[in-house]
Amino acid sequence: MTQQEALFEYCLRLGDTSLVLSHRLSEWTGHGPILEEDLAMTNIALDLVGQARTLLTYAGQVEGKGRTEDDLAYFRNDLQFRNALLVEQPNGDFAVTIARQFYYNAFAYLLYTELQKSTDVTIAGVAAKSIKETSYHLRHCSEWVIRLGDGTEESHNRMQDAINQLWMFTGDLFEKTAGDELLISAGIAADTATLKTKWDAMISEVMERATLTVPTTTYMMKGSRNGIHSEHLGYLLAEMQSLSRSLPGVTW
Amino acid sequence: MGDIKKLQTANCKLQTEAETQILNDLEEVKDPEIPVISVVELGVVREIKLEDGRVTVSITPTYTGCPAMKVMEADIRTKLLEKGYTDVVVNTVLSPAWTTDWITEAAKEKLRVYGIAPPEKSSADKNSLFGTPKITKCPRCGSENTTMISQFGSTACKALWKCSDCLEPFDHFKCI
Repeated sequence: MTQQEALFEYCLRLGDTSLVLSHRLSEWTGHGPILEEDLAMTNIALDLVGQARTLLTYAGQVEGKGRTEDDLAYFRNDLQFRNALLVEQPNGDFAVTIARQFYYNAFAYLLYTELQKSTDVTIAGVAAKSIKETSYHLRHCSEWVIRLGDGTEESHNRMQDAINQLWMFTGDLFEKTAGDELLISAGIAADTATLKTKWDAMISEVMERATLTVPTTTYMMKGSRNGIHSEHLGYLLAEMQSLSRSLPGVTW
Repeated sequence: MGDIKKLQTANCKLQTEAETQILNDLEEVKDPEIPVISVVELGVVREIKLEDGRVTVSITPTYTGCPAMKVMEADIRTKLLEKGYTDVVVNTVLSPAWTTDWITEAAKEKLRVYGIAPPEKSSADKNSLFGTPKITKCPRCGSENTTMISQFGSTACKALWKCSDCLEPFDHFKCI
């Protein structure tokens, strides 16, 4: 694999993860438990779709075959998506959505902190921009983890269930490929192995304040870097892509 | 010389008188979501180049997903075509990342008068977790007795607050 191919894959990894999570959050629009939360999830979705657009546009440029952000978002199937397994998981109840956001944002915060130092100017630029947005996304969902965990018996149980349910998808966030190793030695990508200890510490700190228990099971689902996804991604893409697939080239 | 000073506060790179004139023209292009301040005052115009009749304006996004950016791009182009330039290119630059510190002092006062609590200088809120909340003054009565309702508001750049003295809710332009 050449560095160019590795970089294309890496941009898809980052861009697809933002895109798929953005789509999941957008499913809450008009269904949020309270108005402020409806706005919050829509706003976070907007920041994520912005990140995805820049990253997928760049992926298309790196690939050099003339594919645009829309070609990549709307005309690939699930086997060609490289998003993390965690972010394609269904919204579930509000606690599941918050647990998913919390696991992801803690990871994204550490990742974008590192990527600001990337030798690739576009990736460093996206990271410098995204870290600002990611910081308040992380603060927002951490506050909810604490509010629900340290709330009523019902909210505590639901938050703990959500934390447990999604735990097995967290290992996949840190998956590395041979291509990543190439990019890490070139100073382009961040080494996710070095982020894991910090991520564990961030998760523990919030969970402790929330009176929740960090899961100890070690079995982890993986495969997203090779396009092996859970069954949920196909349905998500079917909905997200239906307009562009029915009317190719449509604009408004 | 006044212009040179303005372009420094607006953080926009330009070199010639003609380019300074273009910056002045862009003062007429307003933020589509906050129509009291211009794109120049907002600090998104980063560089203006005039070469062989072609105007290249580089802008930087406030928030990566902000839908207003596309509108600003179109408005900048339209304004310059109106002003008689025939070859106008607007491109987007990501670095350095936009910060609310680039909003001019005059523009912050315009925001306050408009009812939006402006971002405080150099207080970019970088705490990811459990930071001490900062004080935000009510744009209507000036009270510091205010609380945040939600970090997310009507647009990506604003948070929802309320004043405990005059009891009015208000928008706060987030510091990033």
